Amino acid sequence: MTARRTSGGPADGRPATGPLVAVSGLSVAFPSGPGGAPVRAVDGLSFELAPGGALGIVGESGSGKSTAAYALLGLHRDTGAEVTGAVTVAGHDVQAVDAAGLRRLRGGVAAMVFQDPLSSLDPYQAVGDQIAEVYRVHHRGASRREARARAAEVLDRVGIPDAARRARSRPHEFSGGMRQRALIAMALACRPELLVADEPTTALDVTVQDQILGLLRELRAETGMGLILVTHDLGVAAGSVDDLLVMKDGRAVEHGPVGEVLHAPREDYTRDLLAAVPRVNVRRATRKDAPHRAGGDDSVLLEATALRREFGRGKRAVTAVDDVSLTVRAGETVGVVGESGSGKTTLGRMLVRLLEPTGGRLGYRGRDIGGMKERELRAFRSELQMVFQDPVSSLNPRRSIGESIADPLRAAGKLDDAAIVARVRELLERVGLAPDSYHRYPHEFSGGQRQRVGIARALAPEPKLIVCDEPVSALDVTTQAQVVALLGELQRDLGLALVFIAHDLAVVRQVSDRLVVMRGGRIVEEGPADTVYERPAHPYTKGLLAAVPRLEAAEAPA
Amino acid sequence: MTGYFLRRAAGALAVLLVLSVVVYATFYIAPGDPARLACGPRCNPEQIAQVRAQLSLGDPVYVQYWHFLQGIFAGHDYSTGTAVLHCDAPCFGLSYQNNQQVTDMLIERLPATASLAVGAMAVALLLGTATGLLSALRRGGITERVLTWLTLAGTATPVFISGLGLLMLFCAYLAWLPFPAYVPLTEDPEQWAWNMLLPWAALGLLESAKYARLMRSSTLETLAEDHIRTFRAYGVAERKLVTRHALRGAVAPVVALSAADFGSMFGGAVLTEMMFGLPGIGALLVHATTTLDLPVVVAVVMVTGTAVVIANIVADVLYAAADRRVALR
Repeated sequence: MTARRTSGGPADGRPATGPLVAVSGLSVAFPSGPGGAPVRAVDGLSFELAPGGALGIVGESGSGKSTAAYALLGLHRDTGAEVTGAVTVAGHDVQAVDAAGLRRLRGGVAAMVFQDPLSSLDPYQAVGDQIAEVYRVHHRGASRREARARAAEVLDRVGIPDAARRARSRPHEFSGGMRQRALIAMALACRPELLVADEPTTALDVTVQDQILGLLRELRAETGMGLILVTHDLGVAAGSVDDLLVMKDGRAVEHGPVGEVLHAPREDYTRDLLAAVPRVNVRRATRKDAPHRAGGDDSVLLEATALRREFGRGKRAVTAVDDVSLTVRAGETVGVVGESGSGKTTLGRMLVRLLEPTGGRLGYRGRDIGGMKERELRAFRSELQMVFQDPVSSLNPRRSIGESIADPLRAAGKLDDAAIVARVRELLERVGLAPDSYHRYPHEFSGGQRQRVGIARALAPEPKLIVCDEPVSALDVTTQAQVVALLGELQRDLGLALVFIAHDLAVVRQVSDRLVVMRGGRIVEEGPADTVYERPAHPYTKGLLAAVPRLEAAEAPA
Repeated sequence: MTGYFLRRAAGALAVLLVLSVVVYATFYIAPGDPARLACGPRCNPEQIAQVRAQLSLGDPVYVQYWHFLQGIFAGHDYSTGTAVLHCDAPCFGLSYQNNQQVTDMLIERLPATASLAVGAMAVALLLGTATGLLSALRRGGITERVLTWLTLAGTATPVFISGLGLLMLFCAYLAWLPFPAYVPLTEDPEQWAWNMLLPWAALGLLESAKYARLMRSSTLETLAEDHIRTFRAYGVAERKLVTRHALRGAVAPVVALSAADFGSMFGGAVLTEMMFGLPGIGALLVHATTTLDLPVVVAVVMVTGTAVVIANIVADVLYAAADRRVALR
């Protein structure tokens, strides 16, 4: 038996006019341990997708968008989740089909592209072999050679250079973007009618994201397959889909053509969501209320000159930061943007001396702290603080948040216990948390709240400068906006200097006075934020800005 | 890669040197007079003094240690009073008990220990990975509960109980096997295997429990990885998911641990050797310890230590070969 279906044509006698995907009254509930009521992740969701159409499912984390997408391939089967309602994909009843039928559906009719391209491929096997394996699952008669040829063909199609040779590489030999292309190639291998992409670009840099979204658009046009794009990023959805479904708490809040939903939202929730999205082409709100400016204290706080950092020795040495010079003045925000591997995190860690520079000078209020020994540095530690990206792993899960915030105070050794507790309560209130949450543990808080705890901890020793390394990239847009607002407020009230490191150019624009663009460990462009965003001088900056997905993409449908 | 091995070899040598110093020191501090023990209960003080001089026990401890090191790398000459005995490198000295060369004693004992280690490890690995895999795949079922119970019982039963049980069942009660008596492989391979069967089973069963638990947890861990989900979402059958995608990752830590264990079996299977009367290194060690036969004890500890250190390097190499993401540095 060879190919079961011819590409393009309707399969299994399904009328050509019927919808490709029909979901009605879908609910998915997960058991929540003994005694607890099941958690309803998807609650009465209904939607349809016409053949060749593209639907974006957007929502914040926990809205049930991925759970709904998984149900399209019957991926909840045998997991203990309780699925009710009807799901039909290309005429197949996903709920009722037997195990063999479900296996044929998966990949053959509907193929899924997952979020994290590194962990989603088998690390031990060649990329081409993995694609060939999937092909042979659906084409039983195909020989190994035919399957390999098909793998090379689809890899070539998704833009892997020298595909026949690179098919023999293992996933770790591919870059992030190439791995995501390989996953898309796997999806294409059996010519499915529907592609379900779950956050396909979330782990990628903005320029790579732009390429992948372009590829998806091209493939749709070429093969006529339908697309369901699950994403938290409204900008990503805006340019890639026809219809948009906004989810919240497992339900559809709003559903309609993408232009309408984005520009004339009917629901308050959609409006709030849209308002929270940072826009790269909108200037930062002016800070007329900045008192420290009036006070005239804009002395240079931190001054890096020709800063360098290598990792490894000899032939293996990698230069992460190379000849970077930068000044941070009291009370200002310096945004640092760049793609992964550009050295921005290494730079941030050196600025607060979590890392020792291997070259150059790092001056802090006139003293060179670059090569300073730990003992001498201790005097400056409290003034230079850091807020980390992952609010989950940067807090000790076994200690109460109050204790975590108190740590730097105890280390400073200036206050007694009662004073420390009082100060922590004050800090909790300052970052918008209940002072009584002192004794609660990190797992009791949401991602945004945890990041507030991280900020409170950084504020505890009354720093003059905080380096924020991707402080909001793990958060939903609405939470992101709140945390960014909090940082701005703290800066205004306390006259803090901030170094704000992020890969998201739109977020950085909303907070920065000055901007530094990094690439390959060097600064390629720097200047006042608005100047760099509006009149970028360096081609690399121009490319970065052009790749940022914009909500306006849906305004004028092409 | 060459650099890696050179660095590891240098590290191993340092570890072994420290080990030898520690063993030497421990033994020197321990109470008891080796000369009196070597000479026998009816020796008079003059005879004991003579023996002490013969064994160079009167020398300062660092001189004795220096001679020991010299023996290993360059060989050493021993005076037996009337003649000079040359001991080729690697020389671990002469036994205090019978003036035999320790190196020869070890070589004589090695085949039995190696036979036990190889066979028991094979049993342990086969049984352990199979039960571990099965209990991971049948998670939550009755199979898993029974297997968990059995492996727990296996870990908790000392070899002198399980060995005794096996002996009574197969040799005494059912009389399917002769009571084991060691026959060297070179002499009669078939008899060698039949006689080793019970020792292999006893030690293998005990060791297998550990691998079963490790295999179970690493299989579950691997099956929960994202790439397994990918292939499930592409219609790959569950059985193939395990054999093609999960097994290799799951087996890597088991292989690494077994290599390290294999090394320690070269000195550690004392109970099994005693239980089944195997003329191995473990039995030698017990005898040497009770008679304060310093050169033999030091030699056994050094050989075991070397085996463990080498096995650990092999384990790291195997782990890196199984998981290409791990780089040897």
